[in-house]
Amino acid sequence: MTRALILLRRRLVGSIFVLLIVVIGSFLLLEAAPGDAVDAYIVSTGGDAGMIELLRHRWGLDQSELTRLANYLWALLHLDLGQSVTFSRPIREIILERLPTTLILMGSATALSFGLGSALGIYAGARPGSFRDRLLSIGSLALYAVPGFWLGLVLIVVFAVDLRWLPIGGIETIASGKTGLARAADIATHLVLPVSALGFIYLALYLRMMRAGMAEAWRQDFVLAARARGLPRRRIVLAHVARNALLPLVTMLGLQSAQMLGGSVVIESVFAVPGLGRLAQEAVAGRDTLLLLGIILVSAVLVIGINLLVDLAYAFLDPRVGASEAGV
Amino acid sequence: MSELISRRGLLAGSALLLASTALPAIGRAQTPKKGGRLIVAADSEPRNLNPAIVASNGVFFISSKVVETLAEASFDGKDGLQPRLALSWEGAADGLSVTFKLRDGVKWHDGKPFSSADVAFSALQIWKPLQNLGRTVFKDLVAVDTPDELTAVFKFAKPTPFQLIRNALPALTSVVPKHVYENGKIEENPANNAPVGTGPFKFAEYKAGQYYRLARNDDYWGKEEPYLDEIIYQVLPDRTSAAAALEAEEIQLAAFSAVPLADLDRISKVPGLKVVTKGYEGLTYQLVVEINHRRKELADLKVRQAIAHAIDKDFVVKTIFLGYAATATGPVPKNDPQFYTAEVPTYAFDVAKANALLDEAGYKRADDGRRFALKLLPAPYFNETKQFGDYLRQALAAIGIDAQIVNNDSAAHIKAVYTDHAFDLAVGPPVFRGDPAISTTILVQSGIPDGVPFSNQGGYKNADLDALIAKASETLDTATRTGLYKEFQKKVAADLPLINVAEWSFISVARDTVGNIANNPRWAVSNWADTYLES
Repeated sequence: MTRALILLRRRLVGSIFVLLIVVIGSFLLLEAAPGDAVDAYIVSTGGDAGMIELLRHRWGLDQSELTRLANYLWALLHLDLGQSVTFSRPIREIILERLPTTLILMGSATALSFGLGSALGIYAGARPGSFRDRLLSIGSLALYAVPGFWLGLVLIVVFAVDLRWLPIGGIETIASGKTGLARAADIATHLVLPVSALGFIYLALYLRMMRAGMAEAWRQDFVLAARARGLPRRRIVLAHVARNALLPLVTMLGLQSAQMLGGSVVIESVFAVPGLGRLAQEAVAGRDTLLLLGIILVSAVLVIGINLLVDLAYAFLDPRVGASEAGV
Repeated sequence: MSELISRRGLLAGSALLLASTALPAIGRAQTPKKGGRLIVAADSEPRNLNPAIVASNGVFFISSKVVETLAEASFDGKDGLQPRLALSWEGAADGLSVTFKLRDGVKWHDGKPFSSADVAFSALQIWKPLQNLGRTVFKDLVAVDTPDELTAVFKFAKPTPFQLIRNALPALTSVVPKHVYENGKIEENPANNAPVGTGPFKFAEYKAGQYYRLARNDDYWGKEEPYLDEIIYQVLPDRTSAAAALEAEEIQLAAFSAVPLADLDRISKVPGLKVVTKGYEGLTYQLVVEINHRRKELADLKVRQAIAHAIDKDFVVKTIFLGYAATATGPVPKNDPQFYTAEVPTYAFDVAKANALLDEAGYKRADDGRRFALKLLPAPYFNETKQFGDYLRQALAAIGIDAQIVNNDSAAHIKAVYTDHAFDLAVGPPVFRGDPAISTTILVQSGIPDGVPFSNQGGYKNADLDALIAKASETLDTATRTGLYKEFQKKVAADLPLINVAEWSFISVARDTVGNIANNPRWAVSNWADTYLES
């Protein structure tokens, strides 16, 4: 357990630097984009020179970039994410409102792609080169090649418009007044399509990785030994071959969490899910620098957190990993 | 009326014929039913819902049901108006005052009575100093006298045309309650995000990223009105999903062309859905080629004429707008009942003539067939402005002008064109707001500071035109003023500070069960008191 604690401490110290680089880098990039929040705002309203000057002053955009960055970092030190100009509300409030939705969406989609992907990978990898292996490989690659928004639209047309089994979008039935279990069930129904669209795309990765790892493991001596001992085939597949192929999948899980956040931008727009991805898109279009920084920061913390969990899981699964890093 | 209206009517007719046989007879008087929840698609969430501060269609779409104006646009009312909070309006002969008689027995949503003090407060504290359009139109307003609870007299420092004030009533005069706004900063008032008004619906709830809910105002001044119990604006950011939501019967109305033009043909054949092209006559958008006159080639009238001759306006209307638009002749749209004149110089589609004009101007084709290159910035706000950018590039290639398209998002486009002037040609969609003095003359007038969007930022300067605009802005007699604006259209079409290509408006798609839609020229942004749902 101390090994895990040392790992944790080292990672936390490193994370702070990562976050600082992320914040300053993103701020400078956003400042380099042409047009500011006022330019984005007057697209829909127009306005004369006096009004524009007034807005720039009120939103603090008449200050220099350096002053604004310094102000932001100072506020961050006090755990204050600042005020959004497009929503005129505290950014912390807005993000907390959207975060659970994105977490549920990402979590379910990751569970789907990881669970189903590795299960199918085991099925395919149990007999590498067989007909079912090829069929699954081709099928999953085809899914991986499909753009996310298109898959989403097809699912909508088939299951929501034609069959009318599922709602076309949103996170829950509008102003339904449902509570408790009924509300949970309602949210679950609304999540089926977006989770499928997001999950099915990444399923191929886990499937291919599992299958490749297993094909590799079949050639190892310990498998030969297990066979020689006359163990049942099912046991060899699950306890020896698949288990050894599982480790890289855990690494993948950590890397994928960042990808998943990116993919949710598109899926959240198509399915009108009020999550962080859509908020990020609105923040970019509205040149709401601080809001976008807040979202990036929260996402970075999420990704770092997930990777830390993955490392801990790794240290637990494979004793060699933590030992060297913790210097024990 | 004008060609635009009749063509739209025809299109609507043909679209409806294609729709199902289950359509209710259009035009037959039906008794509106009470009750029901109308679910409408919304593609954006305005940051400020106070229509007195932000006079824009995105805000009106939601807020006009909650906060009312002094008058609304009308197809058949006198001067194209129908009363709302004001029952009558009278301009003094000297142009220095306008008297409004207000409606009696109107209550705010919080139960307090509405009076002339609210009108005076809204006009002086909000429309004039804070409102995007009011800052121009009400710039000379100095006082609002309130001799009694139901009379408001607007006093102007300089003679102000009554026609302009009248034309500004539907969009610029949202009245908000003084007692809610008088303490603290108006811009930071919480009511800006949860408006309080006198309208047929009360603002009930907003769930960010999901929906707005408006609930019936039981104390509304209109007898029996409103018919609906609730209006829900469901936020659907993806344009394809609005059509799907209509088909799946999850929403009943998609206004402001939320369903893309390319989908209309298919959707009009879906049983139970109707495509409606009426109800936007007061919200006309103009497809305009903005020109940077700082480029020496473009400062030459012959080159501008050549560009005008190179554009096939009929093709643009047919191919890009799929017929849901009209060709333009000048800076006032054809469907405007007061100011439009067809007697202006026109530029027929004629590539040979365009080429000859460019040769005459001294820009001969080089060996590779090109004369010169230009930077073309199509505005990204509409599909159609982007598509027209692509078309214009081809049209210019035919006359030897090499247009390089620069694509930006909205904020970057606004900055590039109106602040940095980093363009040669731009494609813009200015709005005609019922009077050229509100947002049209500014497109060609000189002396506007850098950074003002939707204004002359092309460095065009014409003393004649400036003098004409100044004269019209202080001419009180309606007929003389109208005549001056006809002269204005002629001069613009002759000198081409910009090139007007087409005029278009929006389209609604609704379920057949939605009644009383499109019954005024600003229907989508009006109060929907008489809209109903058949069960």
